[in-house]
Amino acid sequence: MKDDLWQLGERNFRSRIIVGTGKYSSLDETRAALAASGAEIVTVALRRVDLKSKEPTVLDAIDRAKYVLLPNTAGCYSADEAIRTLHLARELGMDELVKLEVIGDPKTLFPDNTATVEAARRLVAEGFKVLPYCSDDLITCKRLEDAGCLAVMPLAAPIGSGLGIRNPHNMRLILDNVKVPVIVDAGVGTASDAAIAMELGCTAVLMNTGIAGAKQPVLMAEAMRLAVDAGRKAFRAGRMPRRDYANASSPTAGLIE
Amino acid sequence: MSVRIEIVVNGEARAVDPGTSVAALLGELGFGDRRVAVERNREVIPRAQHATTILGEGDRLELVTFVGGG
Repeated sequence: MKDDLWQLGERNFRSRIIVGTGKYSSLDETRAALAASGAEIVTVALRRVDLKSKEPTVLDAIDRAKYVLLPNTAGCYSADEAIRTLHLARELGMDELVKLEVIGDPKTLFPDNTATVEAARRLVAEGFKVLPYCSDDLITCKRLEDAGCLAVMPLAAPIGSGLGIRNPHNMRLILDNVKVPVIVDAGVGTASDAAIAMELGCTAVLMNTGIAGAKQPVLMAEAMRLAVDAGRKAFRAGRMPRRDYANASSPTAGLIE
Repeated sequence: MSVRIEIVVNGEARAVDPGTSVAALLGELGFGDRRVAVERNREVIPRAQHATTILGEGDRLELVTFVGGG
């Protein structure tokens, strides 16, 4: 079968799962889960260094030759904060791709879509390659596409909730009406959620807690990899039409009498 | 004895000798060999300027790095 690659700007990717690096119990577990997921892109956050401890950091678990780093702006509540964070991320050395998130509310962690669009415009003007977390709202996705984002990343459910694809119809409308890749970001709780996202036609899925929050994260990382792959293949294969009544699989002619 | 100057690093007050550079501060804190991004008074100090940027009284520094996140 021909390679089923996807693009972000000029770059080709094979893996359709992007994974976060938060909430693991150790760096060894992080390393093993990343490997089992098959991800080529991994997200990281930016925080103050610990002035008292010189323990290894997440960067020690990420082989930069294997993974593209995708710094996020988690915890930012304004366009200015998000941009300030990414200026620092750029200084740390990264691959131009950034995950923009401007949060609007601490309880739901829903995005502030207006501020996200504003931040996206400014970051694109500065040369960043922006992947924005946003609501599963077509108009917001179109604004972000118009702003020059390389993809849109609508949430499937609140961050860390594991509630799955709450509104597949909205996701379908987004898929039908934007040209850039659509990456489901947030809400995937188990393998079937990832498969559903891919069967809808999403380009890729981004997840963190769905893997790190499992009882056995490394096993779940593998399950997610297989589910994303299965969902993608099912999408490409084109599912059979749904029918209200049965349609026999065996011939109706030639029955014995 | 020279009078030490007061700065704030990641929210914590700290005294350093006059003439201390950003690079020297990073060394003093044990981050000499680590990739750390530095912001002084909300302005990023590029790595190439760490050695030549001298800290001043009241400077507020943010030293950041990547951590696990989603």
